[in-house]
Amino acid sequence: MYKNFFRYLISAIFLLGFSVNSNADFKVGFVYVGPTGDHGWTFQHHEGRNAVEAAGIKTTFVESVPEGADAERVIRQLAQSGHDLIFTTSFGYMDPTNKVAKDFPNVKFEHATGYKREHSNVSTYSARFYEGRTLLGHIAGKMTKTNTIGYIASFPIPEVIRGINAMTLAAQKVNPNIKTKIVWVFTWYDPGKEAEAAQALIDQGADVIMQHTDSTAPVQTAEKAGVWSFGQASDMQRFAPKSILTSIIDDWAPYYVERAIAARDGTWNQQDTWHGLKEGMVAMGPYNSAMGADLVKEVEQLQKDLASGKVHSFTGPIYDQKGNILVAEGKVADDGMLAGMSVYVKGVEGDIPK
Amino acid sequence: MIKIEKRDDAPMALYFFTPFIAIILTILGGGIIFYILGFNPIEALKFYFITPISNLYGLSELLLKATPLCLIAIGLSFCFKSNNWNIGAEGQLTFGAIVGGGVALLFYNQEGFYILPLVILAGAIGGMIFALIPAILKTYFNTNEILVSLMLVYVSKLLLDYLVVGPWSNPEGFNFPETRQFSDSSRMPLLFEGLRIHAGIFLALAAVMLSWFTLYKTYLGFQIKVSGLSLKTAKYAGFKGKTMILFVFMISGACAGLAGVGEITGPIGQLHRMISPDYGFTAIIVAFLGRLNPFGIIFASLVVALTYLGAETAQIFLQIPKYTGQVFQGMILFFLLASDYLLFFKVKILNLKKNELRH
Repeated sequence: MYKNFFRYLISAIFLLGFSVNSNADFKVGFVYVGPTGDHGWTFQHHEGRNAVEAAGIKTTFVESVPEGADAERVIRQLAQSGHDLIFTTSFGYMDPTNKVAKDFPNVKFEHATGYKREHSNVSTYSARFYEGRTLLGHIAGKMTKTNTIGYIASFPIPEVIRGINAMTLAAQKVNPNIKTKIVWVFTWYDPGKEAEAAQALIDQGADVIMQHTDSTAPVQTAEKAGVWSFGQASDMQRFAPKSILTSIIDDWAPYYVERAIAARDGTWNQQDTWHGLKEGMVAMGPYNSAMGADLVKEVEQLQKDLASGKVHSFTGPIYDQKGNILVAEGKVADDGMLAGMSVYVKGVEGDIPK
Repeated sequence: MIKIEKRDDAPMALYFFTPFIAIILTILGGGIIFYILGFNPIEALKFYFITPISNLYGLSELLLKATPLCLIAIGLSFCFKSNNWNIGAEGQLTFGAIVGGGVALLFYNQEGFYILPLVILAGAIGGMIFALIPAILKTYFNTNEILVSLMLVYVSKLLLDYLVVGPWSNPEGFNFPETRQFSDSSRMPLLFEGLRIHAGIFLALAAVMLSWFTLYKTYLGFQIKVSGLSLKTAKYAGFKGKTMILFVFMISGACAGLAGVGEITGPIGQLHRMISPDYGFTAIIVAFLGRLNPFGIIFASLVVALTYLGAETAQIFLQIPKYTGQVFQGMILFFLLASDYLLFFKVKILNLKKNELRH
């Protein structure tokens, strides 16, 4: 009996020591798909990491990790080398993240933009970028003279289609004659291809360009051609000061800090996060004064209304390209529909690549 | 004034020793770079070259990474030995993976011991066919194989893009650019529980043995080597030059195709756009570091694989930028070429006096 008592005591002390110890050693790992200096997607995740570091939590990152066979090793190494929470910041890390999570039940994993949470220690998170697209659509609809908006798209996944649709719907509201022209580049980051696509759209009469890719090439092409553009992922104003009307900014910092503290303090739970303008995960860059004070005011009001929920990006009636009703009058699209969106709304030109 | 002369008495024993000199110089050079970047060079080098392979998992990862490099480099050694500059192994790898992956998808959700061999065979044939394009163009139309094989890399990558975005994309995958996960019947068997090293390593070892036998023990190997040393001699001896070009490209393509199919049926398990972090190009360094010798290539593939793993651990533990891995690979090649040059050529610094110049 005494023997058992001592055994419990020793293990209790050991556990206590261990948990205190692990608190001090608490470390967060980040896996990036690009270089930290890409001025887009990875740059913003890195800013989020800096915020975690500023909150007094140790962090590590590995950049430019290919989404192939290497990802699993990097994630596993981070888990093995004492990281307690690991953010894997690209869609292609979905399967490797879940695979490693299975072998490290005490490590927490956060996978960006994915949909698989196969183990209780895997959370997913993404941002409602489409709310930003609604603002872009409103601005584009007002600013275009040719009624043609050019859109550089990466891959025909729901997130990208959602952005195209949200933008088109908002633009139609202020300008029923607008057309959305799309060029698919099938890459997230390729300055050469993105610049060519931007030029092709400009040549087809688009006088407002936006992109769902990560480089600064489209805004720079727009600046040279003298048409309007928008920054993507980070504030790209300094790359095209005249042309950029505003930027959609991915602000991961509040979420990263919150989740890191939760994991450190033992209050971390599995969740599927989808934050937007309200929580600040989607933010807007400064509005270009060329928009005029009235339009800036309008857009700022719309931004507030989207954040408060008074206005929803997908409010009916919404029709697909053939005129079938997608969302009835007075209704808004639910998250399930948004998450699986795979058709264009009326007013978008062309077909989704199959 | 500097004068460069060919050495008549270049010691051939040193020829097999220069790769080691190159590696030592690379490590020293790396240490200096780490020092300049503000890291303790000894500690940084330890994280670079020792930590990654200090446990079983690390060793398995090293072999996993070295397998495709070794396979491709073995294939390339046939081309390079016979003076055929196949730069497009990356494309042959991709095309092999496309054909092999296509067969794997064809047998989706089916059982059968014959499926994996079929997938592997398809991969080898795919790579072979793709390598035949520059070979045929070279033999019959006198095109430059460097250019053609290199440009075909982009063709195969774009084809892969098209397939994984379009017709082969996972029907349940929300249009993300990837295929279904292959069924277990078309996956490489793992050698050990919990480690990723898979049966593909036997393909690499078989390629090493076969290439050694072919290159050093057969008449064919002799022909390949002779035409590499002197095309004129080969012609004079009556060797069939055209057939040989086709042959070495087919071997090279098949090896690259096997590497591709090994990756997709091994650690990746599906087709997507990122199946190879440019193994086909890195393997060129491996082939030369290994002196185009099958056993040298085994060694070289392990060294180069280690530069990949080391770059990751160095970033995890010391936050050294991951691109140092590429710097290391570049340095190895640079020092190797430099020491080869100095081996075969003498650099004489002639001390000419002014009045001598006037003559």
